[in-house]
Amino acid sequence: MILIVAEHADGKLAKATLEMVTAARGTGREGPITILVLGQNVAGVASEAAAVADQVLVADSASLAQYSAETWAAAVAQIAQEGEAHTVITPGSRSGREYAPRVAVKLDAPYLEDVISLSSSGAGLQAQRYTYLARVTETVEAQGAVTVISAKPGSFAPAAPAAAAGEQYDVDLDLPQSRVTITGKSMEKSSRVALSEADVIVTGGRGVGNAENFSKFVEPLADNLGAGVGATRAVVDAGWRPYAEQVGQTGKTVQPKAYIALGVSGAVQHLSGMGKSKFIVAINKDAEAPIFKVADYGIVGDVNEIVPALIEASKR
Amino acid sequence: MKILTLIRQVPDAEARVRLSGNTIDLDGTTVVMDGMDEYGVEEALRLRESGAGVDEIIALAVGPKRNEDALRTALAMGADRAVHVETDERLDAVSLSKVVAELAKTENAELILVGGQEADWDSQALGAATAERLGWPQLTWTNELKLEGDKLTGRHDVDEGNESFEATLPAVVTTQQGLNEPRYPTLPNIMKAKKKELRKDDLASYDAASKVKFIGAEIQTRARMNKIIDGKDPQAAAAQLIDLLRNEAKVIK
Ligand SMILES: Cc1cc2nc3c(=O)[nH]c(=O)nc-3n(C[C@H](O)[C@H](O)[C@H](O)COP(=O)(O)OP(=O)(O)OC[C@H]3O[C@@H](n4cnc5c(N)ncnc54)[C@H](O)[C@@H]3O)c2cc1C
Repeated sequence: MILIVAEHADGKLAKATLEMVTAARGTGREGPITILVLGQNVAGVASEAAAVADQVLVADSASLAQYSAETWAAAVAQIAQEGEAHTVITPGSRSGREYAPRVAVKLDAPYLEDVISLSSSGAGLQAQRYTYLARVTETVEAQGAVTVISAKPGSFAPAAPAAAAGEQYDVDLDLPQSRVTITGKSMEKSSRVALSEADVIVTGGRGVGNAENFSKFVEPLADNLGAGVGATRAVVDAGWRPYAEQVGQTGKTVQPKAYIALGVSGAVQHLSGMGKSKFIVAINKDAEAPIFKVADYGIVGDVNEIVPALIEASKR
Repeated sequence: MKILTLIRQVPDAEARVRLSGNTIDLDGTTVVMDGMDEYGVEEALRLRESGAGVDEIIALAVGPKRNEDALRTALAMGADRAVHVETDERLDAVSLSKVVAELAKTENAELILVGGQEADWDSQALGAATAERLGWPQLTWTNELKLEGDKLTGRHDVDEGNESFEATLPAVVTTQQGLNEPRYPTLPNIMKAKKKELRKDDLASYDAASKVKFIGAEIQTRARMNKIIDGKDPQAAAAQLIDLLRNEAKVIK
């Protein structure tokens, strides 16, 4: 079987899960597509998952209320072994890329990380992935009875529902206690469209000037365009925006239809997170800024003048 | 308590990445210690300076001969000695973790510091895979760390936001921006580093064959349209851009 580990938050199945189903179908490998749902109070998530899978395994327990790499890895490896999975797919989110390597070690399997495409190749699987700060596309091949994969968010189209909903089964797992204790949490939820799901992203860089200007014109422009708000590391370091909005090597990787960069210089570490966007728009007062080299559209000008004009123009 | 800090050597961020045939060619490219790993070396030094009972800081690199430079930089920053498993073989992160875990065992290390996402293979797997091989807990994307006795406390980033944590050694910690500001090696320390031990080790003794075969690499530079508008008249420029996004790119309504 092909085992997919569901990604979900706030009782809802994440788009990443539907993307993994497409990735799984694309491998051309045999066996039922099985989604494993780990968590507490996940009945709703499980029935959403059933719409796209052949079967859904549900581990609903208090010991899974808090995500932990050790627990998740143990759960996934256990199900993969019992179900004789030949392919295990996890999301390419921070958590997915944190437990997937542990699963690979447990199963003594090759691990294809953060893949953007998958295809079968005789005995194994071939995958493409980005390397060197996303400047290079590499092709790798995993051979062996079992392969563990994490799928890069936004790289596969979300799967449409299958003809018939899959059966749901409850599973009991023998889980280790996580040796990491979480003593506090700060969730940086913004009320706006999540960056991983947004079709349009408006990102502000240091050129925006200060935190007030984000509320004064970055947010209103994003609202007019139904867009998510992103930020560069410089902006996050300055405390103008929360880390959850950072795009780049150490922030989020995004691939929207349009990425609008306001006062962003275009450093490689930033490009590595957004360089694969379909259309890149740059607004910068320095015509020599590196961001213009990767831009489809751009305006050489001061964000203080251009953005208010864009807000006006985008109203109509 | 000993700390093992892992070093990868990667092209300088501003350096051009070149291909030769279908593999990346680093000959003649400026290579440096990965910035993410630099945070690890710095953090090990700071833990020692904070009085956390750190007996030794060992820098480890697995890779070609040129990695010596990155190890010397770690020694010049303040690491006590270095181990270089010299090889031109390409190991994937999960296979490499075998070498790291073995070394941690023979060296009796109790804390391993690894970069959160290395800038050469864009992978986050090394820390997690090493932790699993050792049966240790892991803390990834750490941006605050304290060590008292064998108790680690700190903060790290998760999918949406961040968490504070507590864990007991041994553990693997992956580093990232915000954890610290790495120091520059001073000239006297660079001189001293030349005398520190840099032990060579042989990959063959680790039984760490790669499970992932490298097939090829491509540099894809997607052609961009590069329609740049002069913003001297902000209203006209904005109207033109919105029109392009709506009617040419069709990405907004
Ligand atoms: C290990 C590591 C990881 C990193 N990870 C990330 C990451 O994940 N994400 C990230 O973004 N960066 C990351 N960086 C940092 C990156 O190298 C850059 O420093 C950062 O992206 C710069 O942000 P910026 O473009 O906002 O600021 P700057 O480089 O300061 O650029 C500001 C730009 O705004 C323009 N400008 C100024 N005023 C105006 C105005 N009034 N109107 C129009 N334009 C104006 C300027 O011409 C300039 O081009 C990382 C660095 C390292 C070493």
